[in-house]
Amino acid sequence: MTAEQIIFLIVGAATLIAGFLVVTVRNLVHAALWLVATLFGVAIIYTLLNAGFLAVVQVVVYIGAIAILFIFAVMLTRRQAAETGASVNKNWWAGALMSVLTFAALALLLQSWSGFSKTASAVPSGFDAINQLGDALTSSAGYVLPFEVASVLLLAALVGAVYLAFNKK
Amino acid sequence: MNFWNDPLKVAADWLTGIFVGWGMNDIFAHVLVVFLGIFVLIMILMVIDIFLVWIERKVVARFQDRIGPNRLGPFGLIQPFADIVKLMIKEDTTPDGADKVVYNIAPMLSMMSVLILWAVVPLAPVMIGVDLNAGALFIIAAGSIGTLSIIMAGWSSNNKFSVIGAFRQVAVMVSFEVPMLAVMLIPTIFSGSMGMNSIIQSQNIWFVFISPLAALIFLIAAIAELGRAPFDLAEGESELVAGFNVEYSGMKFGMFYAGELLHAFTFGGFWAILFFGGYRFFGLEQVSPFLAIVIILFKALVGYWVIMWVKYTVMRIRIDQMLAFNWKFLTPVAFVLVMVTALMNVLLRGAGSWLYITGMFLSNVIVAWVSLEIVRSIGKKERERVEGVKVVAEAHH
Amino acid sequence: MNEWIYVGLFIIVGLIIPVGAIGVAWILGPKKPNPVKQSTYECGIEPVGEGWVQFKAQYYIFALVFLVFDVETVFLFPWAVKLAQLGMFAVIEGIVFILILIAGLVYTWRKGMLEWV
Repeated sequence: MTAEQIIFLIVGAATLIAGFLVVTVRNLVHAALWLVATLFGVAIIYTLLNAGFLAVVQVVVYIGAIAILFIFAVMLTRRQAAETGASVNKNWWAGALMSVLTFAALALLLQSWSGFSKTASAVPSGFDAINQLGDALTSSAGYVLPFEVASVLLLAALVGAVYLAFNKK
Repeated sequence: MNFWNDPLKVAADWLTGIFVGWGMNDIFAHVLVVFLGIFVLIMILMVIDIFLVWIERKVVARFQDRIGPNRLGPFGLIQPFADIVKLMIKEDTTPDGADKVVYNIAPMLSMMSVLILWAVVPLAPVMIGVDLNAGALFIIAAGSIGTLSIIMAGWSSNNKFSVIGAFRQVAVMVSFEVPMLAVMLIPTIFSGSMGMNSIIQSQNIWFVFISPLAALIFLIAAIAELGRAPFDLAEGESELVAGFNVEYSGMKFGMFYAGELLHAFTFGGFWAILFFGGYRFFGLEQVSPFLAIVIILFKALVGYWVIMWVKYTVMRIRIDQMLAFNWKFLTPVAFVLVMVTALMNVLLRGAGSWLYITGMFLSNVIVAWVSLEIVRSIGKKERERVEGVKVVAEAHH
Repeated sequence: MNEWIYVGLFIIVGLIIPVGAIGVAWILGPKKPNPVKQSTYECGIEPVGEGWVQFKAQYYIFALVFLVFDVETVFLFPWAVKLAQLGMFAVIEGIVFILILIAGLVYTWRKGMLEWV
């Protein structure tokens, strides 16, 4: 096992545990903080995949904005920090069974894929991911339209949020 | 390759040699050396931090026509060490009903979010730290962790003042992140890279001369990000006692305090890196890396001094004024500036460098002037409206 | 990948230092807690109600607007990196991108969502 694999296993396990705690802890702010830990773990996994830009964006957008939004939402809507009702209903075992089966099916499918056991080829030296991304987003042969559509999508999100908040009053 | 030209590499090679001599794995020895290097760097930063306490107290004293610490040692230089001893041996209380784990993690995260900023600070041409190609965004990412630590501290203290303070601070920080991100695009446009070292390398002319307005907006957004006056709504001594850190004492409070000072110093450094040429100063940085370090630390101190100057001169503003200032003024101006800069950059690319600089400078001045004129007319209307309300109210009496 | 190991080490050392400082203070400092000392106070009297106060929805609105602009600016960084080598087409493209979002800001503004009421 290489050092990279060991780091991946540790980070992956920590991310999964944090993710499990998000849905099981009773205190909602704690759940939000565990969500932050999960998202940070995902960011570390991005860096392991040589996607440094994506990792930084993950921290900026998910931890810096979305997690804050969650905490604000929790603080705005609830009087009590701890959830008092049951967090599972009596069908929880069926859900657990389904998720285990889905995981097993996915693992089986991936096992039969030829690329499953291959290690990633090294990134060529001098490869600048951000430059490539900038190229793809701006050249007329690239993804100009999706780039602009992303802006329209963000606009739609903003207008929708404002509309919802406005109508509540 | 001698010690004076590249001290870091010489020291690292020497240490690696020793570790390998002990029968260590090559890679492990390298990682260990880097670890020790980072440890030494952060220890130096903590020592600088101790002196920042002294600098801050001396400067605030001068602004308020006092002398400041002057009893312990020459010019009161021993004073911060006395402060440290006091913080060390002070009883550390945890308030009733506090969320113990979150309460204890928050100050550590706060300090960490400041210390990791130094990972991307290039100290000299041969000491560029970690040359991340997403350097500019890394600053914001570290700031996000700082924001999180503040909300953790405020929430876990079980105190209304700290929750209110944390919420206000987070509102300030997330708001001013937008203009800060936007003006960070401008050095990125000029240098064609987000890496801190490339930004410094492409500053044959300091970017502050090409885009003075961007430098100004970055400074304002940095002050807000630091939570310093006039944006210190989180701490507002007179309204919120001390805001998010009201329940902290001893070393945990010390971490917030030291973190804030080092954060201000660090943002002075980033201001210098992005707009004032970083470690460059008329070729002096090529003479010796030690000189380059002195230059960048001096520039960071100047930036820190400007931040202190603003802090001790300007009064605190209300949260509605602060948010209106950001969303209705600073953010639109920053985005307009980005568009103008991008356009001028293409139009003036073929022109000579003097024409380029003059054109850029003038376009900045025009954007600033037009936006200030708009604000002036809106401000006049607003004043008239408030006056009108007052007149009507008086008439009713 | 390699450079991120350094950042990881920075994070580890950046945590060790404050943990160490707080740890030393914990060892050196006196520890004599008692219920009265630890009770919270508020403006010189006992606190009224619980520490967790409810907040106004305005915080949430601003966080939402912030999220949209955060994502937008992140999109613009690759564009800015590449801009020096690109022509008018890319500049116009970026300007259109920004203008669409400024329209969103203007809409939010006109709807009165940027007011702190």
